[in-house]
Amino acid sequence: MGFMEILMIIVPTTLLWAAPLIFTALGGTFSERSGVINIGLEGLMVIGAFTAIVFNLSFADTLGAWTPWVSLLVAMLAGVIFSAIHAVASITFRADQTVSGVAINLLAVGVTLFLVKFIYGKGQTDIIQESFSKIDIPLLSDIPFIGPIFFSNTYYTSFVAIIFAVVAWYVIYKTKFGLRLRSVGEHPMAADTMGINVTKMRYYGVLLSGALGGIGGGVYAQAISSDFGHATISGQGFMALAAMIFGKWHPLGAMGAAIFFGFAQSLSIIGSSLPLLENIPNVYLLVAPYVLTIIALTGFIGRADAPKASGIPYVKGNR
Amino acid sequence: MSNRMQNILIPIIAVLLGIIVGTILMIVTGYDAVAGFIALWNGAFGDVYFLGETIRQIIPYILAGLAVAFAFKTGLFNIGVEGQLIVGWLAAVWVGVAFELPKIIHLPLAVLAAALAGAFWAFIPGFLKAQYRVHEVIVTIMLNYTALHITNYIIRTKLSEGSDSSDPIAETASLRSPLLESLTDYSRMHWGIVIAIIAVIIMWFILEKTTRGFELKAVGLNQHASNYAGMNVKKNIILSMVISGVFAGLAGAMEGLGTFGYAAVKSGFTGVGFDGIAVALLGANSPIGIVLAAILFGSLKVGALNMPLEAGVPNELVDIIIALIVFFVASSYMIRLLIRKINKKGVK
Repeated sequence: MGFMEILMIIVPTTLLWAAPLIFTALGGTFSERSGVINIGLEGLMVIGAFTAIVFNLSFADTLGAWTPWVSLLVAMLAGVIFSAIHAVASITFRADQTVSGVAINLLAVGVTLFLVKFIYGKGQTDIIQESFSKIDIPLLSDIPFIGPIFFSNTYYTSFVAIIFAVVAWYVIYKTKFGLRLRSVGEHPMAADTMGINVTKMRYYGVLLSGALGGIGGGVYAQAISSDFGHATISGQGFMALAAMIFGKWHPLGAMGAAIFFGFAQSLSIIGSSLPLLENIPNVYLLVAPYVLTIIALTGFIGRADAPKASGIPYVKGNR
Repeated sequence: MSNRMQNILIPIIAVLLGIIVGTILMIVTGYDAVAGFIALWNGAFGDVYFLGETIRQIIPYILAGLAVAFAFKTGLFNIGVEGQLIVGWLAAVWVGVAFELPKIIHLPLAVLAAALAGAFWAFIPGFLKAQYRVHEVIVTIMLNYTALHITNYIIRTKLSEGSDSSDPIAETASLRSPLLESLTDYSRMHWGIVIAIIAVIIMWFILEKTTRGFELKAVGLNQHASNYAGMNVKKNIILSMVISGVFAGLAGAMEGLGTFGYAAVKSGFTGVGFDGIAVALLGANSPIGIVLAAILFGSLKVGALNMPLEAGVPNELVDIIIALIVFFVASSYMIRLLIRKINKKGVK
């Protein structure tokens, strides 16, 4: 197997696995930048995956090839609604944000599996017929060398994810909204003094994480798993959380980390069919994202610091 | 209303709210709510077999709850109980399979191995928190998945030859009790309940009766004041995580030596560690509260398995109720506001 062929297998698989992580990690970035820890990313992905699959199964006949994209929008809305629970608890009712996030995760799994049994009468949905499928991107895939590696046999969702990351970077670092979002995450009292509505900005942050987490789950379900059951989302959300931290709470950093984790995941799956890698136990690849994140946090490869006010409810008048 | 009263009322109101929302959900989805709750009750306490199974479920819940609560007393959030539990489970089974010893040595050794493994797995976040000020929540989450993949790997390569489950542990390392089993119509109830109760007493003793416990709590309340008073904050943080990990590892031993008697490759988490957060939270981190909360959640979990059989209600309903209880306890500010409003109306 030549080097070119190996790249042609690895790059598209990496991007496939990275896409859900990128969306969700961006969601986490918005939430944490506004000062709300979101351990509930996993639960938001579960909701997104469930909604996308159910919508896809129900409307595939009427919507045809557009089904996965419309399902993705619905998954996004479901994510927003579900994240509102986390927002109300952690912002308005000053709940411990970590505990509320844990509750979101437990609740998402309970609710979706309950509904799957209610709707389909069994523990797992059928396999969807209209999923995101492999495509060659027009024009770009004709570029010599780069085309076959990056733009052939790939998925649109991966590129949408990368575009989203660039947009998120622009929004967070180049717009008034982004400046306000970051300021309530770093020093809410100062922001409040300057007339910024801390509560409102934090709601935006959490709801955006719901939207992106929902999309992340929808992408995973419709491009990778193709159905929904209890094990569909198992750790993807936490890996996205890791990507956000590894990327130092920066959208492009989070994207880079998500691609890297996607690479590790894809190697753990296809590694056995590649020369050189077939003898390495895949446990190393499976734990790599988590171990690297811990090392990143300890500062051996450049310290990662969370937004200062992250995790602290803002109470007007408290110093 | 006094603060003490409120602290007792909040968990009760949270449980009631959780059950009410669960009932509404059943009614909206067209299930028979009354039949559902009767099935739940029968599934938990209906006969001695179910009672035995319920107690079996309560055992790891108590220990996981203690683990979360102990760290919480020092101001640390140990989300890693799940990972420490898995590591403890593996260590206990490993010792249980690898040695041939008389029971009086073998069983304690296997239990000790689990405790040490859990302690080690919790030492990592404790050390990183103390030394590098890394948030323990993130590290413990990452270590949960690390534990899952590594234990799966060890089970496949070291404890078996490529299969998905280890051999059963030697009889001399087992917590299983023919006596308790025959009393409860051959449920899987085992001697672990004794260990769990001892652990509750130990936690109470450490926190309430020793200087060390006083220091641990002081660090949890105010690190700077503790430091100023001459306490070693770093040492206390690490110690708190390690003790928390011991409880979590013991919870793993209960599963490995008692309930199952082997270790198998897992595709996902056991959930006991996360339910431990619910137990500790509802029990307000106090030993007695944890026992009561573990009894509640253990009964709900085991009783739920009977709901699809007897009433056709999906057992996930109970997961929803548990999640809601966590949610309502966490949002206790909302309940306090509610109590205050009701009180004010009463005065007028």
